[in-house]
Amino acid sequence: MTNHWVDIKNADLVLIMGGNAAEAHPCGFKWVTEAKAHNKAKLIVVDPRFTRSASVADVYAPIRPGTDIVFLGGLIAYLLANDKIQREYVVNYTDLSFIVKDAFTFEQGLYSGYNADKRSYDKSSWDYELGDDGYVRTDPTLADPRCVYSLLKQHYARYTPDMVERVCGTPKDKVLHIWELIASTAVPTRAMTIMYALGWTQHSIGSQMIRTGAMVQLLLGNIGIAGGGMNALRGHSNIQGLTDLGLMSNLLPGYMTLPNEAEQDYDKYIAARAQKPLRPNQLSYWQNYGKFFVSFMKAWWGDAATAENHWGYDYLPKLDKPYDMLQTFELMSQGKVNGYICQGFNPLAAAPNKAKMDASLAKLKFLVIMDPLATETSEFWRNAGVHNDVDPAKIQTEVFRLPTTCFAEEDGSLTNSSRWLQWHWKGANPPGEARSDLEIMAGLFTRLRKAYREEGGAFPDPILNLAWKYAHADSPAPEELAREYSGSALKDLADPKDSTKVVRKAGEQLAGFAELRDDGSTSSGCWIFCGAWGPTGNLMARRDSSDPTGIGQTINWAWSWPANRRVLYNRASCDPSGKPFNPERKLVGWNGSAWGGADIPDFKADENPAGGMGPFIMNPEGVARFFARGAMAEGPFPEHYEPFETPLGRNLLNPDQPQAISNPAARVFKDDREAFGKAEQFPHVATTYRLTEHFHYWTKHVRLNAILQPEQFVEIGEALAKEVGVENGGRVKVSSNRGHIVAVAMVTKRIKALTIDGRTVHTVGIPIHWGFTGVAKAGFLANSLTPVVGDGNSQTPEFKSFLVKVEKA
Amino acid sequence: MTDLTRRQFLKVTGATLVGSSLGLLGFSPAPALAEVREFKLSRATETRNTCPYCSVACGVLMYGLGDRAKNAQASIFHIEGDPDHPVNRGTLCPKGAALIDFIHSDSRLKYPEYRAPGSDRWERIGWDDALNRIAKLMKQDRDANFVAKNAQGQTVNRWLTTGMLAASASSNEVGYLTHKVARSLGLLAFDNQARV
Repeated sequence: MTNHWVDIKNADLVLIMGGNAAEAHPCGFKWVTEAKAHNKAKLIVVDPRFTRSASVADVYAPIRPGTDIVFLGGLIAYLLANDKIQREYVVNYTDLSFIVKDAFTFEQGLYSGYNADKRSYDKSSWDYELGDDGYVRTDPTLADPRCVYSLLKQHYARYTPDMVERVCGTPKDKVLHIWELIASTAVPTRAMTIMYALGWTQHSIGSQMIRTGAMVQLLLGNIGIAGGGMNALRGHSNIQGLTDLGLMSNLLPGYMTLPNEAEQDYDKYIAARAQKPLRPNQLSYWQNYGKFFVSFMKAWWGDAATAENHWGYDYLPKLDKPYDMLQTFELMSQGKVNGYICQGFNPLAAAPNKAKMDASLAKLKFLVIMDPLATETSEFWRNAGVHNDVDPAKIQTEVFRLPTTCFAEEDGSLTNSSRWLQWHWKGANPPGEARSDLEIMAGLFTRLRKAYREEGGAFPDPILNLAWKYAHADSPAPEELAREYSGSALKDLADPKDSTKVVRKAGEQLAGFAELRDDGSTSSGCWIFCGAWGPTGNLMARRDSSDPTGIGQTINWAWSWPANRRVLYNRASCDPSGKPFNPERKLVGWNGSAWGGADIPDFKADENPAGGMGPFIMNPEGVARFFARGAMAEGPFPEHYEPFETPLGRNLLNPDQPQAISNPAARVFKDDREAFGKAEQFPHVATTYRLTEHFHYWTKHVRLNAILQPEQFVEIGEALAKEVGVENGGRVKVSSNRGHIVAVAMVTKRIKALTIDGRTVHTVGIPIHWGFTGVAKAGFLANSLTPVVGDGNSQTPEFKSFLVKVEKA
Repeated sequence: MTDLTRRQFLKVTGATLVGSSLGLLGFSPAPALAEVREFKLSRATETRNTCPYCSVACGVLMYGLGDRAKNAQASIFHIEGDPDHPVNRGTLCPKGAALIDFIHSDSRLKYPEYRAPGSDRWERIGWDDALNRIAKLMKQDRDANFVAKNAQGQTVNRWLTTGMLAASASSNEVGYLTHKVARSLGLLAFDNQARV
C-alpha cells in the first residue's frame, strides 16, 4: 500500500478492482464502510463476479477476467480527451512533459526492439531524449508530439468505449457512468483510492494492470494524498515483510538486487544502481545505494566484509537468469534439482498445474518440510484416492517433516500491507516437540558450518565467515535479529559537518537510514527497516493509538517503513509551493523553513520547494513515470494482451499481429505451452477465488472454518447451469487441458454470461480452499486445472483467467 | 437488605463482579447469589498478538491458563480482537475468530518425521537425527554441484541444485535469518509466497 488501512476512511471514492476486500480482508474493508458512512464516499466495484464487495457498492460493473487494461486504458483516454486531469499535479510531478527518443515506436501491439525468438525486447529506444546539459528535455506546454503526454494520448486513442464493451463485455453505459464518477476526483479536494489484490497480480499481464491503475491515479492527482493511493491489499500476514527483506530469487534486503554474472566489477554494480539525477536538483535517493549495500554486507559478514574484498561481494551468488518458483519447478521437472526446502509453504497446492508439481517433486532426492500443519506437499507421495492418485512405491524422494511453532508461540514482528511492523508476544509453548523456525534454521546452519570447518568443501568462506554473534548459536533470539536488521554503529560516528562531534557511539542502535555510511562504520541488515529498533528501543512494540489530527495518522502505533512514514509520496499532497492541495486533509506542508505535519515528510526535510525538487525522490527524474522506460518487460505503456488461454483466440486491439495475441514478453516453457488448452475444446473462462471463511489451504485444518465451509464447490451462472443440465447442489466435472476436479455446483445469479465481440462467454468461479489433508471434507486441489505461465515481470501465475470445460458429473 | 431478591440485587449493584465483593461485605442475598459464575477471562493471562492470516494484521488478545511462572504450563483457550488496535478496533473476521482452533488443530505437527524412499508411511525421528541427516544431504549436494565459475570464467558462486521456499506468515526475524543462511550457502532458487 502507498497509504494504509485506516486512511481509506479519507477517500471520497473507492475503486475495488482486482480484489474483493469485503470477502478477503473484512476487517480492513470496514474502513470503506467508514468512508461511505462518514465521508459520503461512493464505492465502485468492477469484477467478473458480483462479489461481497459488489453487494455493498454504489455501482457494480462486470468484466471479463484478464481485460482490466482495456477498461482502465479506456479511462485514461477518456480523462485525457475530456481534460479531467489535475493539471498542476501532472505537469509538475510526472513525466508527461518529458520528450521520448525518436526511435521509440509502437505498432500493432509490439514496441520497438522486439525479438520474437527470444520473446524479449531490446529496450534501448525506450527512453527519454537527453539535452546537451545531460538532463531530459521537456516541454511544459505538453504540445510536443514526442512528449509523454502526446504519446500517451495516441496510445490509448484505440481504447474507445465501444472497444471496452467488445473486449471486456462491460455494458457501455456502465463504463461511462463509472468513468464519469472517477473523473470527479481530478479536483484537488476529492480523493479516490484504488484497492486491488490477486485479481490484478495473477495474470500474465498483471504488473501492467497495476501500472494502468497507478497511471489513472497520477492523472487524477491521487497519489501521495490522504484517501488516495494504490493499495495492494496483500494476502499473507508477512508477505510484505518477507518481500521487504528480499526473500525472492533476485532480491537482497530493502529492494536491493543481486548482481548478474556479468557484473564482476563491484564499483560498476554499485554505479548501475546509484542512479544520477535526470533533472536538475533532484534527490534521486538510490544514489545512496552504496551506503545501504555496505551496511547490509557488514550485518551479514561482519569483520570479514572489508573494503579490500569489496565487502564480501564474491560471497553473493550471481544470477545468469531468474530462478523464480516457476523456473525452479521447470528445472525440477527436468530432474535438475536434487533438494528442496518448504518452510511454511505448500507448493503442491499453491503452484500451477498440480500434475506437473507431483511429477517434479517425485524427481527430488530429498524434500524438507518446516510447517506447523500437515500440508499436501509434505504428503505428495501418499495415495489419497482421486484427490492424489500416486503410487508411493514409485516415489524415491526422502521426505523430512519438521514441526514448527505458530504465531501464538513466538515473539516477533510482522509487516502488514500498510508497511507497519507490529511486534507480537508469545502466549504458550508449541505442541509436542515443535520448534521455532529460528531454531531450525540455526540448527541446520551451525551443523553445516561445523562440517565445512572440519571437512572443508565447496567455497566455504561465506559460510565460515557469516556473522553469528548470537548469545545462543543454536537459537538466536528475535530481539537480537530485530536489532541486527535495524542496524547499529560499528565505530563512533562523527558528525559529517563537524568531525569533533560524535553523533552516534560505537554499538548504539541507529535512528534511521540517513545515518548509514559506505565506509564500513555502520551495519544494517535491511536499510528500509533501519530505525525500527532505534536508540530508544523497539518502536515496533509501540501501542499509542492517538490520532491528534483525526485523519487516522496514528504515527506512534508500531513503526512503519520507511522512517515511520505512513503515506508514501506525501510531498505530492502539496502544490509546488508547499501548500496542501486539500487543507482539510493535510498530511505535510512547508512552513518556510521545514516540512512537517501529520506524517513524516517523504522529502528532504529542509528542502525549499522553490528549488523544484520533485516528490518522487526514489526516481532519478524526481517525478512519477507514465513512460516506464526500460523498467517493464512488455513496454513503457501498458497494452492489453489476452490471457494465454483466451476464449477469443485473437486480440481485438491488435487483430492483425499474431505475435501480440498474448503477452509477447512473457516466458513460457515448451512443456507448459503444449499443456495450454484451446477454446474449441475448453470454452468456459475459469477464475479462482477465495472465501471469507477460509484462508488459502490452511483453515481446512481448523475445525470451525471447516464447519462453516465444509465442502468444495464451484460457482456457475444460471445460463451455464441450464446449458450443461445441472441444478444447484448437483455435481459438476470441471476440466482443463491439465486435469480435472469434481465438485458441488453452486448455481448463482452472481456470475452472468458476458457478450464478448458478439459471442456469449461464461465465467466459472473456482474457490481454492480444499485438498487432501485437514479436517474439512477432502477435495481436489484447484491448481489441478491452472496453467503454468507467469506475469512477464513478476512471474506470478495466471490463476485468474484460463480455459475449462464444465460438464455434469 | 437481607430480603433482597436476585433481580433487585442486580439492579442495585449493576454487575455481578461488584456483587461478589458486596457479598464479602455481608450483603449476601442468600440463597440467590450462591452460584454466580465467574467471568472466565478474569484469571487468564492476556497476551497481545497479531492475526497470522491476511495482511490487515488485526490485533488479537490471547487468553491463556498459566501465569508465566516458571513451572506453569501456559495453554491458550480464548482469542478475541484487540479493542485498542487502530485498524480492527476489536473486531475479527470468521478466520480470526476461529484462531483458537488453528492453535489446537488436530493437524498440528508434533514430532520430526521421516518418509523413506518408496515408503507409504511416516516414521518418527529425533531432532538431532533429522537435522544431522538434512545438513549432510545439503552439504553433499552443495559440494557436488556448487558452481564457482561459469563457462566464461566469471566468478558466480551459486548453488542451483537445491532450492527453498520461505514462509510469508513467518516473522521478520525468521525471514531475515532464513535469508541470511540461504544466501550464504549460494542459493538462488529461493522465493516466498509473494511470487503467487
